[in-house]
Amino acid sequence: MAGTALLGRLTWQLAELVDVIAETPRATTLVFAVPDWPGHRAGQHVDVRLTAEDGYQTQRSYSISSAPDGTRIALTVVHVQDGEVSPYLTGELRSGDQIELRGPVGGYFVWEPEHGGPLLLVGGGSGLAPLMAMIRLRAAVGSDAETRLLVSSRSWEDILYRTELERLAGHGLTVVHTLTASRPSGWTGYARRVDADMLAEVGPGPAARPQVFVCGPTPFVEAVAEALVTLGHEPRRIKTERFGPTGD
Amino acid sequence: MDETMLDGNAVAGMLRDVFAVETTTTVATCGGCGEPTPMGETHVYRGAGFVLRCPRCENALVTLVRGDTRMWIGFPGIRTLQVAIDAS
Repeated sequence: MAGTALLGRLTWQLAELVDVIAETPRATTLVFAVPDWPGHRAGQHVDVRLTAEDGYQTQRSYSISSAPDGTRIALTVVHVQDGEVSPYLTGELRSGDQIELRGPVGGYFVWEPEHGGPLLLVGGGSGLAPLMAMIRLRAAVGSDAETRLLVSSRSWEDILYRTELERLAGHGLTVVHTLTASRPSGWTGYARRVDADMLAEVGPGPAARPQVFVCGPTPFVEAVAEALVTLGHEPRRIKTERFGPTGD
Repeated sequence: MDETMLDGNAVAGMLRDVFAVETTTTVATCGGCGEPTPMGETHVYRGAGFVLRCPRCENALVTLVRGDTRMWIGFPGIRTLQVAIDAS
């Protein structure tokens, strides 16, 4: 189960949309039932493949945001204006519709409860999705691993899973938000992009030797990883996942 | 920095079309600078195909080109791959 055993080649399988959750004005969570789902680890992703009537195919990778839960997986999709795949997934797909997916994929950007803490999780935008799988798994198994979650969002309305995070906070989990584009009136939290000073304040510092997971768009990940190394975190304890279009 | 750069996690599914092992935790030692890197940490650039580069020296480690019915995989810059196997 450590992701080291021979796994066999991955094949595409059919997944049925069973639930749709409007997260923010721009993001939707799609819950799929996958009959032969082998289970996943927190942080893994799937590839989704769409085929047009003329045979044209395109695919995208999406992190799984749900904790392991039988044969159901949740993917949070941000609606990209003029995108090829996300408008279809967030606007056209209806409960009962089927898509093809392949997974779970990845074993590098993964947290297991037995890895323990302390943890520093830093997510930019929908980069929060795989970190949310870790947070949900941590809660599901009753782990008290010390965890600091720093979430960078454009605005208050754009914060993913906000009410669930409020509910899960405590029991060793601290959630800190920074809003980069606009703030509600009276906002007293961070109001800038993640930088070294912010990371130092959120902690845990390098002396605590936290495992660090950073996920977001490439410029976000590069900036955060560089700041972490500047603060003295060991590069090998910093795991990163960058996202962007990978469709073929 | 190239904002379109991805990392080895992004091509993991494609590699699993071919390889029976998890590639993101497979450690590739760069033939250029000698740095060992989990494939998930490689820098990935997309053009007509994908190029996986060493995050330390940017040497091209792996190239991937996909056609409809076959995939071309080149290993121009890998000295060794450390692949986890079952102890049994």
